[in-house]
Amino acid sequence: MNSTLPKRRMGWAHVRKRLTESWQWYVLLIPAIVYVAIFNYGPMYGVQIAFKNYKPKLGAAGSPWLDPLFKNFIRFVNYPDFWKMIRNTLSITLYSLVIFPLPILFALMLNEVRNLKLKKTVQMITYAPHFLSEVVVCSLVLMMLARANGPINNMIVASGGDRIPFIEIPGAFSSIYVWSGLWQNIGWDSILYISALASISQEQIEAATIDGANRMQIIRHVNIPGILPTIAITFIMRMGGLLSVGYSKIFLLQNDLNLSASQVISTYVYRVGIQSGQYSYATAISLFNNVVNILILLMANFVVKKVTDTGLF
Amino acid sequence: MDTAIQRQKKKTRKVGLFDFVNIALLLLLTFICFYPLFFTVIASFSDYVPVATGQVNLWPIGFQTTAYQAVFENPEIWRGYLNTILYTVFGTAFNLLLTIPTAYVMSKKKMFGHKVISWYFLITMYFHGGMAATYLLYKDLNLINNPLVMVVTGGLSIYNMIVTRTYFTNSIPDSLYEAGRIDGSSEFGLFFRIALPLSGPILAVMALYYAVGHWNSYWNAMMYLSNRAYHPLSLVLRRILILNESALSEDQLGMLDPETIADMARRANLAVVMKYALVLISSAPMLIAYPFVQKYFVKGMMIGSVKG
Repeated sequence: MNSTLPKRRMGWAHVRKRLTESWQWYVLLIPAIVYVAIFNYGPMYGVQIAFKNYKPKLGAAGSPWLDPLFKNFIRFVNYPDFWKMIRNTLSITLYSLVIFPLPILFALMLNEVRNLKLKKTVQMITYAPHFLSEVVVCSLVLMMLARANGPINNMIVASGGDRIPFIEIPGAFSSIYVWSGLWQNIGWDSILYISALASISQEQIEAATIDGANRMQIIRHVNIPGILPTIAITFIMRMGGLLSVGYSKIFLLQNDLNLSASQVISTYVYRVGIQSGQYSYATAISLFNNVVNILILLMANFVVKKVTDTGLF
Repeated sequence: MDTAIQRQKKKTRKVGLFDFVNIALLLLLTFICFYPLFFTVIASFSDYVPVATGQVNLWPIGFQTTAYQAVFENPEIWRGYLNTILYTVFGTAFNLLLTIPTAYVMSKKKMFGHKVISWYFLITMYFHGGMAATYLLYKDLNLINNPLVMVVTGGLSIYNMIVTRTYFTNSIPDSLYEAGRIDGSSEFGLFFRIALPLSGPILAVMALYYAVGHWNSYWNAMMYLSNRAYHPLSLVLRRILILNESALSEDQLGMLDPETIADMARRANLAVVMKYALVLISSAPMLIAYPFVQKYFVKGMMIGSVKG
């Protein structure tokens, strides 16, 4: 009955009727609304200290405004390493985007395996690293790449080379970050593609076989078009997170020697904000980062929408 | 008959170069995924010297279990383990308490104010106050150096809420609720007696998603907890594995005779192998549980990929 009410009646009586009708729903929402108000909107209220000289005694609202209101932003943009950090952030995320097709390739290859037992085993093993924590993955990386006793350097020495201190080389940082991420997630990221491939009709493949297509041609003209919608969706979702680098993982792999390549905006915020207590400055950087992120998201969404007709908004 | 067999043979023989290369590449990839974990296992049971010199490849050399004994004798690690379990259990319970009812109500698109409330939640996915503002808020809330912070922070993941909402929308037909209403059930009754009993799968998925997040995270603990007694396992691991603090506790170091340098060296070597043991011990619960719960994770991904 409720849903068949004509929609146009929007008078106050109607509003009140609908509010009282579903008051129990609102009650169920109260915890989440209160929680989000405190823990998500609370820090947003605190963002004002980006424009203020924050004094703990006075609180966020009571602290005096900065004289040039954008003083902290100006300081950040003039910081000598500003462009370096932007470059580091961008190069790590773009690098991550370059390897985006690899889980798709993995799914296509796995789809060609006829032996079910083999297929399941490969899936089982390649999914496993996904469940390791960042700390464990990073320490595995450090142990595997260790200069003095890591297996990889041992292998290099055994084949006549010299030991390489991988983790201390700035130029190697983004590769270490990206490829260890691929190691951890290639299996897991392929799940959606594998299930999309499984739902491609067998008839289509048979028809192509009768037409004389070989397996590469079937992959190119049947399988890949079949999973294209899935690829588009995951790609858009990936674009959404383009500028939010995994700072907690980067932080673990950081050291003084690779810092010139591994300092990204978020890790810098942690260092100046939490470790040295420059709250106003750190908040300004976060705000800057957040605004740039949103602009890039909107731009990416605009482009993807133009090209594929699907977008986030 | 003969031709049938021959045709069969021909079919199997078509397994040619393509399959060979494909399977070889897949096996190589599987090996790359598997070997670091396997190496961790054998290194943790090996003597330090063969590990460091690269003799340990496929089998432990100089078999020992002292690394594990030493790990278990370190009270910090036990403490961390206990803390992690507590944070995971209570944190996940808190997450579910916030996520499930919210997702249920948000699946009611006809609710008055649905759009406004949706945006109220969605905005938080894109705008953040940032680390420092959050830190100051937590300071005001008295959450700094308070273990409660590990339970309440990240209480509601909007993404997970949307996945759950999609489940409610797609998996429970409206007719069930209508039938309940005809029977005179209240909206609370519909939620507790119809929706909840039917949401077992999504409860499992969400509990797992959140629990893995709690188990593996170290960042929040590093930000908000400076008292070592409150540190979760991940932070203890970070200190030992990443920052290279000795895995041997103060007590253990104090116990050894300082005069025998050889003993010191042996201990230092043990600390290296202990790292491998520690990686395994900390990851064991996840790695053991994962084959059994894998299907729930996959299910969660599937639900998430359907636009709600």
